[in-house]
Amino acid sequence: MTAAEAQTALQPSQEKSWHEMALQALKRNDIRLVPYVPDRILTTLIRNIHADPFFTTFPTAREEEAVGIVAGAWMAGMRGAVLMQTSGFATLANVLASLAVPYQIPLIMFVTERGTLGEFNYGQALVCSTMRPVLDSLAMEHHTCTRLDEFEFILDRSIKQAITTQAPVALILSPLLTGGKVFDK
Amino acid sequence: MNTATNSPARNTKVMNRFDITSRLVAKLKHGEAVIGGIGNTNFDLWAAGHRPQNFYMLGSMGLGFPIALGVALAQPQRRVFGLEGDGSLLMQMGCLATIATLKPKNLTMIVMDNGVYQITGAQPTPAAAVADIVAIAAASGLSNSVWAADEEDFERLVDQSLSATGPTLIGVRIDDKPGVGATRRDPVQIRERFMLGLGVREAL
Repeated sequence: MTAAEAQTALQPSQEKSWHEMALQALKRNDIRLVPYVPDRILTTLIRNIHADPFFTTFPTAREEEAVGIVAGAWMAGMRGAVLMQTSGFATLANVLASLAVPYQIPLIMFVTERGTLGEFNYGQALVCSTMRPVLDSLAMEHHTCTRLDEFEFILDRSIKQAITTQAPVALILSPLLTGGKVFDK
Repeated sequence: MNTATNSPARNTKVMNRFDITSRLVAKLKHGEAVIGGIGNTNFDLWAAGHRPQNFYMLGSMGLGFPIALGVALAQPQRRVFGLEGDGSLLMQMGCLATIATLKPKNLTMIVMDNGVYQITGAQPTPAAAVADIVAIAAASGLSNSVWAADEEDFERLVDQSLSATGPTLIGVRIDDKPGVGATRRDPVQIRERFMLGLGVREAL
């Protein structure tokens, strides 16, 4: 074991980054298919998922396209999750209400949250304000993840609940968890 | 509807959705999955004879091919057919490039093109008079995209797609007739039957 490996091995779990936790939770729960529309915040997670042959991962042109893909894959026996940002979620009301919810498909969504805690684009803030009302109007499970020490618990429990109850879940990744995106000009 | 006045010159026959769908279904002997897009496309799939490997969309217009892609990725040994209308595909054309990138060789896409939103009153689509969906598919990277000249040609193209080394898209010019059946609007049953049909679930 090299010194670097020893150091990694000795790191307590709470020192893992959020994106390492997310990747490992996907693997633990056998979620192999990960289509996404990217966000700056998701860069490292997306890169690491691409680098891991466990996953089938690729970009889609729209978020609802990715939702259709994971819905089809789940019905055919392969678990998936979709990665997107807030403004992508805002395009999904139709597919959630007409596919994921009524067909009882355990759609797992990771949504990086723009529009709050330091947003610099008013439009993003307004888009963000539509997200939770849409989720609530469909009685969809959703959690806003803000703390590293809670993150693994929320991930594992939410993924298991989605699959066993055949109901979608949105995991909203707050800037409190990820650092968010800030205007640095 | 396709007429000489509102669409470019074509040498393809104007066919009928139910007839084409019936011809496809008659060929299915190996548990092939079929995803029927919203509206008339899945109504005619239903009317052609229900099979447990059929999935009927009751909403989410445009997601027929993405759903079919998901099935094709999850079960690479099973042939998957996606049936879509031209109006639906116009809503989600980006999926053609996604599919071209992933190259699932077990996916055959069939586009029923009548140039109208038949189910809402047969209003022409924005593309009807100007765009060529098969050319769009080819330009999206789906090099194996072709118009069916007539019913016999359609059947030949379907057979050919079974041994293709990549995904196939078949354009079928159809008339403006409505679907001949009506899918039972029971999404949970549709999904559960489909999963049984794909061998993912045991019956309760």
